[in-house]
Amino acid sequence: MRMRLLSVLAAVTLITACESAPRKTTGVTDTVNNMSSSGGPTTVPAPAGVPQGEFELAVSQDRIFFDFDKYVVRPDAKLVLTRWVDWIKQHPQHLMTLEGHADERGTREYNLALGEKRANAVKEFLIAHGVSPDQITTLSYGKERPAVSGTGETAWAQNRRTVAAVSMGSAL
Amino acid sequence: MVKFFPVMKQEVPSQWGGGYLRLSLSPSTWILLLRSLGLAIILFFCIQDTVIAKLAIDVSRGYTQPMPIAIANLLGTSKLESQLGHSIANVISADLERSGLFRPITVINSLKKIDSLRLQPMFSDMKALNTQALLSGQINIGEKGDIRLEFSLWELSSRKKLVQEVLFASTEHWRRVAHVIADSIYTYITGEDSYFNTRVAYIAESGLPTHRIKRLAIMDQDGANHRYLSEGSWLVLTPRFSPTMHEITYMSYFRNVPQLYLLDIETGKRKLLGAFPGMTFAPCFSPDGSRMIMSMAQQGNSDIYEMDLRTRDVRQLTNHPAIDTSPSYSADGLRITFNSDRSGTQQIYVMNKDGSDVQRISFGDGRYATSVWSPRGDLIAFTKFKSGRFYIGVMRPDGSGERQLAEGFLVESPTWAPNGRVLMFCREIARDVHGGGGSTRLYSVDLTGYNERLVATPQDASDPSWSPLLSLQPLSNIF
Repeated sequence: MRMRLLSVLAAVTLITACESAPRKTTGVTDTVNNMSSSGGPTTVPAPAGVPQGEFELAVSQDRIFFDFDKYVVRPDAKLVLTRWVDWIKQHPQHLMTLEGHADERGTREYNLALGEKRANAVKEFLIAHGVSPDQITTLSYGKERPAVSGTGETAWAQNRRTVAAVSMGSAL
Repeated sequence: MVKFFPVMKQEVPSQWGGGYLRLSLSPSTWILLLRSLGLAIILFFCIQDTVIAKLAIDVSRGYTQPMPIAIANLLGTSKLESQLGHSIANVISADLERSGLFRPITVINSLKKIDSLRLQPMFSDMKALNTQALLSGQINIGEKGDIRLEFSLWELSSRKKLVQEVLFASTEHWRRVAHVIADSIYTYITGEDSYFNTRVAYIAESGLPTHRIKRLAIMDQDGANHRYLSEGSWLVLTPRFSPTMHEITYMSYFRNVPQLYLLDIETGKRKLLGAFPGMTFAPCFSPDGSRMIMSMAQQGNSDIYEMDLRTRDVRQLTNHPAIDTSPSYSADGLRITFNSDRSGTQQIYVMNKDGSDVQRISFGDGRYATSVWSPRGDLIAFTKFKSGRFYIGVMRPDGSGERQLAEGFLVESPTWAPNGRVLMFCREIARDVHGGGGSTRLYSVDLTGYNERLVATPQDASDPSWSPLLSLQPLSNIF
C-alpha cells in the first residue's frame, strides 16, 4: 500500500525533477524526496494519463528485489510478477521495459552486466508465463540510478531491483 | 591548423659548440636553416654515465626523499615574457612536486645576472640552496605570438649542462611547453618515460545520487584546460582514450539505448560505434588503435567481443553464461585481461587476443574486478572488494606479487599513466544513511603506494582515463 502511494507521488516528482536540475538538499527532506521518486521508472517520465499509473495501481508494486550479487528471482517476488503477467496479457497494445539495477557495492561495468542479468531474469519469468517476447524489452542501469540514496544494507537492498515501466506500443 | 601536438622540440647537445652560435639566430632563421638541412627534428643524446650515477632517482624503490631541484624563473626581456616565464616555471615546479620525486625550489633573485643561457648561472649563488640540479631558461615571444623557449638543466656540483633544449609553440599552448620541460627533467633524472604532457578524460558528476547528472569532460593531467564534452542530457559512462588521441570512446544512454560511441575530441563529432543487438559497454582500444574490445549483453548475458575499427567486423571472444566484462589489452596487443564471475565470484582472467587460452590469475581473498594492463606490460592494476572495503592494487600478469596501493569505502576504475609508474582512480566517500554528504573524486598514486594525491576537478568525478603522452610535432608539419 505504501509502495503504491509512493509510486503515484513519483510521477509528479519526476516530472518536476526533469524540468530543473536537482538541487542538493540535506537531511530528512532529502530522504523523503528520494523515497518518493523511487516509485517511478528511471526512463523519461510518461506524460499524465499514461499506463504507468494504471499499471502501478493494478499490480501494487512495480519492482522486485534481489539478493547481493544475485539475479535469481526470489520466491517472495513471484506473486508480484504474476500480477505483471496478468496485466500485460490484458494490455496487448502495451509494451513493458524491464530496468535492471544494482546496488553501489560493486564496480561500474560489472554492475551494468548484473543489471542486465536481473532484467533478463524477470523477462524470462514473464515469457515462461505466456507473455509475448515482443511486448518486453530490457535495459540495465547498473548502479547508476539507485532508488534510494542512503548508505547501508537497508538502502542497498532497495536498490538491487528490476523495475517495470509500461508504455503504449506506439510511443516506444 | 595545428592544434593537437602544439609543441616542437629541439634538443641541443651540450658539447656541440657550434650550436650556440646557431641558437643566437632569430627563430625564423633557425627554422629556415633546419628546413634547408631537411631536418624535421634532431635528437642528440649527450647523457654521460658518470653524471647519471650522481644525479638520479630510482623510481622503483619504496619511499624516496624528494630530490631538491632549483627552478629559476625563465627570463624574458619584456614584461610579458617575464610573466609568462614565471607562469611556466610554476607549472614545471607543480608537475615535479606532484610526482613526489622532486622538491622544487623557486629561484628568482639569484639569477638576475644571467641575461642569456650562453652565460653560466652564478653557481656561487646556488650553494646556499643546497640542491644538486638547476633549471634555467629564457623565453622570447615573437611578433606573431609564438614562443621560443630555451632551457638548460645544470648539475651544480660539476657545473655541467645536462640537458639543453629549444621549444617552439604558440602562446596559447604555454602550459604544454611547461609540461614538456618537466617531462625532460623527469626523464633525464629518473631514466624513465614521463607523463606530464598528458590529458585525462573522465565523467563529471553532479546532482542527487538518484538523479545523477553525468557529463563527459577532459582536462590536462594537472587539472588545467578543463572542458566539458557533453551537456548532461543523457547518462554517459566510462570514457577511454584512443592511442591516437584524436578520439575517445565512451558509453551513452542516448535515447535510452546504452551503446558505445566514438567522439572526435577536437571537432566534437560523435558517432555510434556500431548497431549492436544488445547493450555495449566496457570499451578498450587496442594499443595500435585498430581494434576495440568491449562487452555486449545478449539475452541478459555479457560476453567479450572484438571489433575491427576499419572493416567493422565483429568477433565474439568469450562465450560463457557468466558475466565477462572490463577487457583490457596487454601493451603488445597479444593478450587480453578481463573480469568474469564464472568461478562463482568476480575474478581476473587473461587470454590470447583471439579468446583462446583463458586462465584465471587472481586467487586471493575477495572479489577482483576492472583489471587494466600496464602500458609497460609488467603489471595488471585491479579493483578488489573484500570484507566491505574496496582496494586498488597491482599484480603481475601471472597473478603473483599482489600489492595494494589505495583503499576506501569505494575505490575503482584504475587507469595508468603512459609510463606505467602512476595510476589514477576514483574514490567515493560514503554518504550517510539519509544520502547526505559523500563525494566522488579522482586521485593519483604511484606504484610504491606512497604519494597519493587528489586530482583537482570542478565537480565530483569518476571513470578517469589517462591519455598517452602527447607527441611533439615535427617542425616540418607546422612551418
